[in-house]
Amino acid sequence: MEVNWGVVLILLPLIGGIACFLYPRLVKILGVLTSFALVLSVAGLGWQIKINDIYRHSVGGWDAPLGIELYADGLSLLMLSATALVGLGISVYSVGYFDREDSSRFWPLWLFLIAALNALFLSADIFNLYVNLELMGLTAVTLAALTGSRDALSGSMRYLLATLLGSLVYLLGVALLYHGFGSMDIGILSVRVESSPVAWVALGLISTGLLLKTALFPLHFWLPAAHANAPAPVSALLSALVVKASFYILFRLWLKIFSPISEGVEMIFGLLGSMAILWGSLQALRQTRLKLLVAYSTVAQIGYLFLSFPLAISGVATAWSATAYLILSHALAKAAMFLAVGNILCFGVHDRIAGLDRVVQRLPLTASAFALAGISIMGLPPSGGFIGKWLLLEAALTKGRWDLVVVIILGGLMAAGYVFKVLGNAFTPSSEPHKSRPVPACMEWASLLLALGAILLGFFVSPVSSLLDMGSPFDISGVRP
Amino acid sequence: MNWNAWIPLLVVASSMLPGLIIFNLAEHRIRLRTALNLIGALVKLLLVGWMLWGVYNEHIFETRLALLPNLDIVLRAGPWSLFFVTLSTVLWLITTIYAIGYLEGSPHRSRFFGFFSVCVSATVGVALSGNLITFLLFYELLTLSTYPLVVHRGTEVARRAGQVYLNYTIFGGALLLLGTVWLYTLAGTLEFTPQGFLQTLDEAHHPALIAIFVLLVSGLGVKAALVPFHGWLPQAMVAPAPVSALLHAVAVVKAGVFGIVRVVYDIYGVDFASDLGVTDPLAWLAAITIIYGSLRALYQDDLKRMLAFSTVSQASYITLGVAIASPIATIGGAVHLLHQGLMKITLFFCAGNLAETLGIHMVSEMNGVGRRMPWTMAAFTIGAFGMIGVPPIAGFVSKWYLGLGALEIGKEWVVIVLAGSSLLNAAYFLPILHRVWFQEPTHPWPEERSFGNQETAWALLIPPILTALMALGAGVFATGSFSPLVWAQLIAQREFHQP
Repeated sequence: MEVNWGVVLILLPLIGGIACFLYPRLVKILGVLTSFALVLSVAGLGWQIKINDIYRHSVGGWDAPLGIELYADGLSLLMLSATALVGLGISVYSVGYFDREDSSRFWPLWLFLIAALNALFLSADIFNLYVNLELMGLTAVTLAALTGSRDALSGSMRYLLATLLGSLVYLLGVALLYHGFGSMDIGILSVRVESSPVAWVALGLISTGLLLKTALFPLHFWLPAAHANAPAPVSALLSALVVKASFYILFRLWLKIFSPISEGVEMIFGLLGSMAILWGSLQALRQTRLKLLVAYSTVAQIGYLFLSFPLAISGVATAWSATAYLILSHALAKAAMFLAVGNILCFGVHDRIAGLDRVVQRLPLTASAFALAGISIMGLPPSGGFIGKWLLLEAALTKGRWDLVVVIILGGLMAAGYVFKVLGNAFTPSSEPHKSRPVPACMEWASLLLALGAILLGFFVSPVSSLLDMGSPFDISGVRP
Repeated sequence: MNWNAWIPLLVVASSMLPGLIIFNLAEHRIRLRTALNLIGALVKLLLVGWMLWGVYNEHIFETRLALLPNLDIVLRAGPWSLFFVTLSTVLWLITTIYAIGYLEGSPHRSRFFGFFSVCVSATVGVALSGNLITFLLFYELLTLSTYPLVVHRGTEVARRAGQVYLNYTIFGGALLLLGTVWLYTLAGTLEFTPQGFLQTLDEAHHPALIAIFVLLVSGLGVKAALVPFHGWLPQAMVAPAPVSALLHAVAVVKAGVFGIVRVVYDIYGVDFASDLGVTDPLAWLAAITIIYGSLRALYQDDLKRMLAFSTVSQASYITLGVAIASPIATIGGAVHLLHQGLMKITLFFCAGNLAETLGIHMVSEMNGVGRRMPWTMAAFTIGAFGMIGVPPIAGFVSKWYLGLGALEIGKEWVVIVLAGSSLLNAAYFLPILHRVWFQEPTHPWPEERSFGNQETAWALLIPPILTALMALGAGVFATGSFSPLVWAQLIAQREFHQP
C-alpha cells in the first residue's frame, strides 16, 4: 500500500500535540519522537515525488474547486525539509532547555505549529493558505510569550497585532481574487488571472500583508522585540521557519499567479530588500545585546530573499535557486545561532556582547556553532550561504545590476563585522565574569549540528538543486514578453 | 582505479583530518596530539614527494568534485603548485616541532594545533587549486583558520590585532569574490590554464577585464601585503612566534602572492596582461612596496615588527618578478617564494627564541646576545645576510635573476630598486648583527626557563638551524638537480612561457 506522506506530515504533529496535552509527563519523549518521525516522513514524500513527479491529493476525495487539495513539488519539499530538519534540532534542544512546567506548555504548541507549517507548505489554494497562516501566527505568538516576562509580553503583543493585521490584509486580497476570478485554487488562478484593476489591488493587498508578516523593511518593526525576548528555541523557530512561511506564500503566488501582471513591483521588492540588508546589518552592528544582534541579522537576511525578484530572467532559474538556497541555509544557520546564544544565556545568565567571558574556552562547542553559523550568514565558503550569494551575484552581474552587487557585497562585509564582533569578545576575558551554570550536552550539540548542516549545504549543491527542480516550480519564473 | 586522481585530495586531508581530531582531544593528551601532528606532516611529505617525482615525469594528478553546475572543485598538481606545496609541507613539519617546544605548558594547545593544521590544509588547498573558485574557497578558509591563531592569547591587544587582520582580509576576500563572479559571467570558465584563457574574449570586454584584474589583484594584495593593503601584517605580530612564522613564511602572505602569480599567468596570460597594460602598474606598486617596507623596517625597535615590515618588502620581490614579464625575472620571482620563506621563517624562529628564552623583544635589548645564544644567532645571521642578498645565500640567487631579467628587457629602474632595497636591508640588519656579536650585554640575562647547558630547548633550537642550513643550501647548490632554482626554471618552461 502506498503511504500518503502528505497527510501523514499534517496529521502526525497534530496527533503528537494532542497526545502531549493528554500525557504531560511524556511530552519530551513524544515531542522528540514526533520530530524524528517527521524527518522520515519528509524523506518518504521526497521519494514519492522523485518517482511519481508532483504529489497531489484531494482530501476526502473532493477535487479542486470544491474540496481541499494538497500539492507538493520541489519547492514545497525544500520548505518541508527545512521544517523537519530545523524542527528536529529545536526539539532535541528543547528537551534540555525547558523545565517540567514550561515543557507542558511548550510542546503541544510547538507540534501544532509544525502541523500548521507543514499544511501551509502543502496547500494548493489561497484560502487554505490563509487558514494555516493564521494558525501558525497564533501559535507563534503564544510561544513567543511563553516566558511571561514584561518584555516578552509587550513584544508578543506587538507581534500579535502585526500578524493579525497581516493575515487580515492578505484575506482581503484573497476575497478580491475569488470575487474577480471565481476560484481559490492556485492552478486555476494561474490560468485565469489577467492584468486588471482587481488583480492589481489583490496583488497589493496580498503582498503588503505578507511583507508585514515576513518583516521586510520597513515592516520589520515587530520582529526584533518578539524574536529577542522569546525563549531560545522559540526565537530559533520564529527566525528560521515562521518568517519563511509567509515568504513562501508570496514566492509561490508570485511564481504561479502574479509575475505576468506585476510590472514594476519586483523593483519595489528589490529596493526594499536592499534597504533591509543595509538597515538590518547596520542595526545588528550597533547592538550591545547578543540576542538583539541575531534578531537584526534576521531582518538583514530576509532582505536577500527579495533581491532575486528583480534579477529573475525568463528561463534562467539562477536567481530563484539562489533564493531557495538562502532560505534553507539561513534556516539552519539562524536556528543554530539563536540556539548557541541560548546556550550562552543559560551558561552565563546575561547576553551582553562586551561581557562575553572567554566563551571560546569555556563553551567550545557553542562557540564553534556560532562561528560556523556565522560563516554561512556572512556567505563565506564553504557553506550554503556562500552558494546562495554566489548565485545571486552571478544573476546580478549578468543583468548588470551594479546597485544590487554593491548591496550584496556590503551586506556580507557588515555581517562579517557583527559576527566577528561577537567572536572576538568571546576570546577575551571580561570585567563582568559569567556565572557559569552547566549547559546540557544536547543543547550544545543541537546548535552545533544545525550549524554544520548549513556548512555542509555548500558541498551538496547538485543533490539539493535536483531536489528543488522536481515538478519544476520555477518554470514560469518571471516569464514576461 | 586511478590513484593519482585522489592524491591531491589526500594531501589536503592529511593535515585536515589530524586537525579535526586534535580539536576534540583533551588538553593533557600531549603525546597523542604530537603523534597525530607528526604523522600527518610525514604522510603529507611522502605524498608530496611522490607527486614531485610524478610531475617531473609529466604524470597528471587531478581531483575533480562537482560544486555548482559547470563549476567543479579542482585540485591539480603542476610544477608551480607543487613548488608552494613543498614549501608549506616542509616548513609545516619544522614549525610544528617548533610550536610544540614554544607552547609547552601554555593553555588551549588542542585548539591551537587544530587550527594550525586546518591552516596548513587551507594553504595546500590554495596551492593545488585548479581553478579560481577552488582557490577562493581555500583562500577564505585560510582567513578563517588563521584568525583564532592570531587572537590565540586572548588578550585585549590580541583581539584588536585579530580585528584589524579581519577587517583587511574580509574586505580583500569580498573584492576577490566580486572579481571572480564577474570573471565567470564574462568568460564562462575559471579554470587555470597555462598562458591564460582570456585572450579570445571580445575586445569590447577589455575595460571590464582591466577592472576585474584590479579587483582580483587588490583582493589578493591584501594577503600579499602590497602597499596600501599591508597594515594588518605588523599588527598581527602579537600572535605567538610560530604563528608569525606561519603567516609570513608559509601561509598567508605567500597565498596572496601565489594568487597574484596565478592571475597574471594562468588567467590573463602574461602577454595578454601586458597588452592590457596592467602589468606595469603592478610592477610599480611592487617596487613602491619594496622600498616602503624597507624604509619602515629601518625605524622599528620591536624586532618582530621590524621583521614584519621586512616581509612587506620581501614578498613584493615575487610580485615584481612576475609583473615585469621577463622570463628570467619570472624565475627569480618564483624561486624567491621559497627562498624568502626559508630565510624569513629562520628569522622568526630566532626572534621567538629570544623572546621565549631571554624575554628579549626589542632590538635595543639585543646587545651581546650572540654570546648567550650562539647557535640561534648564527642562524639569525645567515637569514639576515640572505635577506640582504649576500652570496652564496639563497636571497642572492633570487636577486641575481630578478636583476638579470630586468636588464634583459631593458627595465633598468628595477635594478635600481633592487640595489636600493638591498642597501636598506643592510642598513637595518647590519647594526643588529653588530650589536649581537660585537657589543657587551648591558645587564645580566634574566633566566625565564632553565635548559641546563644548552642555550634553549632542543625543539626551539633545531628548527632555525635547519631552515638556515636550507637557505644556505638553496644558494650554494642552486644549480644542483632538484634545487629550488632548477625547479623554478622547470615551472617557467612548462607553465609560464611555453615556446
